Amino acid sequence: MTLDLSIFFAILAMAAATIFTRISGLVLIRHVEIDGRRRTAIEAIPPAVLMAVISPTAFAAGWAETLACAATAIAARRLPMLASVVVGVATVALLRAAGL
Amino acid sequence: MLHHSRPSGEFLIGEFFAGMRAIVPLVVAVLPIGLVFGAVAATKGLSPLETTLMSALVFAGGSQFVAMDIWTHPASWVGVGFAALLVNIRHVLMSASIGTKMQYFIGIKRYLAMLFLADELWAMAEFRAGSMRLTPAWYAGIVTPFYLTWVGSSLAGALLGAFLGDPVVIGLDFAFPAVFVVLVMGFWRGPETGAVLAASGLASVAVHHFLAGVWYIAAGALAGLAVALWQGRAREQAA
Repeated sequence: MTLDLSIFFAILAMAAATIFTRISGLVLIRHVEIDGRRRTAIEAIPPAVLMAVISPTAFAAGWAETLACAATAIAARRLPMLASVVVGVATVALLRAAGL
Repeated sequence: MLHHSRPSGEFLIGEFFAGMRAIVPLVVAVLPIGLVFGAVAATKGLSPLETTLMSALVFAGGSQFVAMDIWTHPASWVGVGFAALLVNIRHVLMSASIGTKMQYFIGIKRYLAMLFLADELWAMAEFRAGSMRLTPAWYAGIVTPFYLTWVGSSLAGALLGAFLGDPVVIGLDFAFPAVFVVLVMGFWRGPETGAVLAASGLASVAVHHFLAGVWYIAAGALAGLAVALWQGRAREQAA
């Protein structure tokens, strides 16, 4: 059970950032009127951020990852999250085993 | 009734257990994801204590997996802190939305509740508030088992991780890209979402190719946001 100081500070930085995002919505509704355009912008943030996170894996890591992302996306239209994730993990494992 | 403003102990316990019953399916679903997180963290060189601390203090799975993706030695607190801010910026909207439905949360309770605002708990609370009153006791009932499962399964995954071997061989490293793909599909609202996703994807791949670090997340987010703002303006002018 070790606790490295640089890792501890990294965890604290992540915790502080997350607490900031969780509290600021509460503070926001006390001070700001959310109009139509602001709402549009805020609603676009989650898909934009998630897409940015996965795009290098989906489009620039290799064929196994690209095809597994596509399989996961198709599975997600019908299956619950956990099953879709299993489809993606199994696909990437099979394709890597096949040498892709 | 003089004491109608103070709910009875029986009512509080009933609400707490109703919350616990409601969260059971999501507790079952988060357990393997916590195990995977712990195992991935072990392969990145985090000790079981460090892994458990991260799950307990950050309690935001998406940003924890992103941190593992960009983890360096020594750990860069600027890098992972900035990534956590970007990945969790959606919490601002979630907290603003649920905050308007917390009229039974007095004073500090509202802020305490917000510290545990994970996607799954937020969705459950929004659903509850749509049909019944959202009480602090019910909210505590959904938070407690979910939080303990996330932290506990992270620890178990960290301890078992050494025995699981290289997660790349069995595709475990792909678990969270897969979760993100599912989440992105959930945000689909038609062709306008497609344009936002295309802009974000193009910008992040390009920046990832040329710049080290997590700048690609910021670039993709800003590109998607710019397209959304442009769409909003075009719609206003057309109206």
